[in-house]
Amino acid sequence: MMLLEMAAGGFADRVAVGTRDSGLTFAELFERSGAIADRLRSVDAGHLVLADVSSEALPALLFGASWAGVPFVPLNYRLADAELRTLAGRVSPALAVAEPGAAGRLDGIDGVETVDRAVLWAELATALSADHDWAFDGEDVAVLLFTSGTTGDPKAAVLRQRHLVSYILGSVEFGSAGEEEAALVSVPPYHVAGIAAVLSNAFAGRRLLQLPTFEPNAWIDLVRAEGVTSAMVVPTMLARIVEHLDAEGPGSPGLPTLRALSYGGGRMPQPVVERALELLPDTRFVNAYGLTETSSTVALLGPDEHRAAVASDDPAVRRRLASAGRPMPGIEVSIRDEAGAEAPVGEAGDIWLRGEQVSGEYREQGSRLTDDGWFPTNDGGWLDDEGYLFVTGRIDDVIVKGGQNISPGEIEGVLLRHPAVADAAAIGLPDHEWGERIVVAVATHAGVEASAEELCALVRRELRSNRTPDHVEFVDDLPYGDTGKLLRRVLREQLAHLGDA
Amino acid sequence: MAELKPGSRWASQVCTTEVIVVRSPGGDVDLECGGSTMVPPGEGGPNGAPDAAASEGSQLGKRYVDGDDALEILCTKPGDGSLGVGGTLLGLKEAKPLPASD
Repeated sequence: MMLLEMAAGGFADRVAVGTRDSGLTFAELFERSGAIADRLRSVDAGHLVLADVSSEALPALLFGASWAGVPFVPLNYRLADAELRTLAGRVSPALAVAEPGAAGRLDGIDGVETVDRAVLWAELATALSADHDWAFDGEDVAVLLFTSGTTGDPKAAVLRQRHLVSYILGSVEFGSAGEEEAALVSVPPYHVAGIAAVLSNAFAGRRLLQLPTFEPNAWIDLVRAEGVTSAMVVPTMLARIVEHLDAEGPGSPGLPTLRALSYGGGRMPQPVVERALELLPDTRFVNAYGLTETSSTVALLGPDEHRAAVASDDPAVRRRLASAGRPMPGIEVSIRDEAGAEAPVGEAGDIWLRGEQVSGEYREQGSRLTDDGWFPTNDGGWLDDEGYLFVTGRIDDVIVKGGQNISPGEIEGVLLRHPAVADAAAIGLPDHEWGERIVVAVATHAGVEASAEELCALVRRELRSNRTPDHVEFVDDLPYGDTGKLLRRVLREQLAHLGDA
Repeated sequence: MAELKPGSRWASQVCTTEVIVVRSPGGDVDLECGGSTMVPPGEGGPNGAPDAAASEGSQLGKRYVDGDDALEILCTKPGDGSLGVGGTLLGLKEAKPLPASD
């Protein structure tokens, strides 16, 4: 809230969100946020739930919740109704803002009052706040973000005001954007990068543009029409943008206004980055690595480092193109072995992080931070001799396909219900288009058979279509350790040939 | 003199400056603006003018620190007075520019 008041004080008449011609100014955003805070106070809502795509209302809802001192809880609107309702019920009492026309999805949940976003937005225009008072308590919960855990039961990551404010102050210079700058956001509000984008661009004084449903042509058209100067994409999006720019051929006008393009949120296929650097020679590329639990970015590979890596003949420098760069100021990185001891430079281990923006707290499970403030990320990685961080993948077993977290257990559970299946494991293997593809290893009972098609159809029927295996490999048995634990890492090595190089 | 809790807000008595405490050494601190002690917003001022020795002004969005970085405050509203502690002016915290990542 403090961030928005400063922005409204510093550049009241600039457009904060929307198109150049009809966007909302920072002064208007401030007023709308105040009105939302009033609304939240008047219904005594304990949370502001959002089940909606990105819209011009998003910044006002985020800041309004903060103004009223209630957590902002953006939910994945793509979830099935039952899952969505379960999550909303977990944060009752709440005011829930739903995608226009979809308020019925959240009707009748105890303690949850639902309002259609379009209706709310229209009402706000006539109910602007007279009360501009606000307080800042760093311990207030600013945002709750549900993340898919290994068990498949989503955990609510807690980000307090102090985490977000320290992230913004540590990474963004107030008012540093020129008046002509515009940032295009195409990640949804329930992704930590979607939240961070609202905050950092407001603090920088940069206009925010939103693409609620990513589609490469629409993205390219918007960059050209609105003179977008910076954008953040997940790897799958970049792959598709590159594909489309390539298809435009040598006559392509390129994206001359795009000064900066940052990507993150999953494994990035190297050929895609290399091609993107060729296609967009004047764009400054940033690879950002971060987690929900760390208030977004903790390490980044900057523009000059990208170009230096591509231009270098030294393999050690060149391979940094695949790294997450170096830690942000105020972030400490430690690579630990399984016993928690620090690993030597160059050796892989678990990535541990420490810093003021690092929360590492979950609503029901509490804090995962050690007594001295370290957060074990569950990501594996290593540091090179100049401190570049290489992230090798998630240590927990979540498959990240196209930016979606997929719990292997869910898929395995379905497969194991098939009468012919004796054992099954789902893993993610590198995929140039999707980041990871879903490969399942299946052992059948002796003397019985099941076809790959049949098993895929079963998963597609029981779960959502994005859970469908991309490949089914029939094996004699699965690798297990002494304690009876499935050795997914071993399996991944055995089946590495089924992934892209 | 007052305890400067992180997140607490303070206003100048002699200009429009307002700040929020980012980091504090703990214990009582005499936070000043324009040479006068800062007070909670709405409790006095602004009246008069900053001391000549503390009239360089404060800049919106800038962070100010004491000599050993134990105290850090963020200017949320700018004004004509300079920020200080116990008669010594605070320095501007140098920000290393980072490429935007979101």
